[in-house]
Amino acid sequence: MSLANQPEPRDLARVRRSRNRVLALLLAGFVVLVYFISIAKMG
Amino acid sequence: MTTQAISHAPTDWRDFFALTKPRVMSLVVFTGLCGLLAAPVRVHPVLGFTAILCIAIGAGGAAALNQWWEADLDAGMRRTAGRPLPGGRMDRTSARDFGVGLSAGSVLLMGLAIGWLAAAILAVSIVYYAVVYTIWLKPRTPQNIVIGGGAGAFPPLIGWVAATGHITAMPLALFAIIFFWTPPHFWSLALFVQSDYAKVGIPMLPVVAGEPATRRQILIYAVLLLPLSLLPWWLGGAHVVYGVAALSLSSVFLALALRVGLRRRTGEADPMKPEKRLFAFSIIYLFALFAALVADHWWFGAEYLR
Repeated sequence: MSLANQPEPRDLARVRRSRNRVLALLLAGFVVLVYFISIAKMG
Repeated sequence: MTTQAISHAPTDWRDFFALTKPRVMSLVVFTGLCGLLAAPVRVHPVLGFTAILCIAIGAGGAAALNQWWEADLDAGMRRTAGRPLPGGRMDRTSARDFGVGLSAGSVLLMGLAIGWLAAAILAVSIVYYAVVYTIWLKPRTPQNIVIGGGAGAFPPLIGWVAATGHITAMPLALFAIIFFWTPPHFWSLALFVQSDYAKVGIPMLPVVAGEPATRRQILIYAVLLLPLSLLPWWLGGAHVVYGVAALSLSSVFLALALRVGLRRRTGEADPMKPEKRLFAFSIIYLFALFAALVADHWWFGAEYLR
């Protein structure tokens, strides 16, 4: 494994940041969905 | 499975998304939604949305498991060599865990929010695609597409059961339509990409039995599809809008299949033009047929089913 194959630390950070944002959005969406499912099941 | 893709960077979320085969998922979501909308009951919009979301997530999980298992085969085919695993942008363990996580999550959410019968059918469809088709049948038999077609036939059944809570003849008819649509759809594709399948040793029908046998089989399934597509009308689950649409679409499908089934190749500029036309129309066919089912349902209402 040569050093030439290693990605730039800046690229690593960018990929991690975008992954974390998507994960946060999905988790927030899931919480909202569970809230509305609970309302719908009670109704 | 012999090779292990080496990924130096953390995998981009877009590659995880690509692992779910979004284009295939669009057809799965559409047929699942049509099954749900054509059911003779009113569904709460949130619960309907959740049911379709579960079908989409389950399909995505099954697709991820399919790509995890077939990474070596995908690397050998031009059409699939750029996928995240053969492209070296993701490691196999992540793909497997992602697939298992999505599959288990979709079944659990379906069971808790909608009902356990729909969840059980969703679980069966995931296992059917990821294990029965991908691991067991696809590398072993040229009839892989016929039996594997069952996996793609589940979404309208799941959608219907999510809405009604039980299985009747109508969702089984929808299942049968997709089941019999799948072989001519995939074999017409396999006829013009068969060199790729042959290269990686997948026993697709054109590779094992040859072109003439495949053309005959395409024609047989297209002939069977015509009366099957009219089954929802005969069962009383659909009205004249669907009946006319099904008859028209299936007649065109059969006409295109006849051109594929009865032709002998000569020195044309594009020797596979009829096969490509059948493949392209087969996608339009399924979208249009299920759209007609929903349009029919909305036009005439669900009262006649009660």
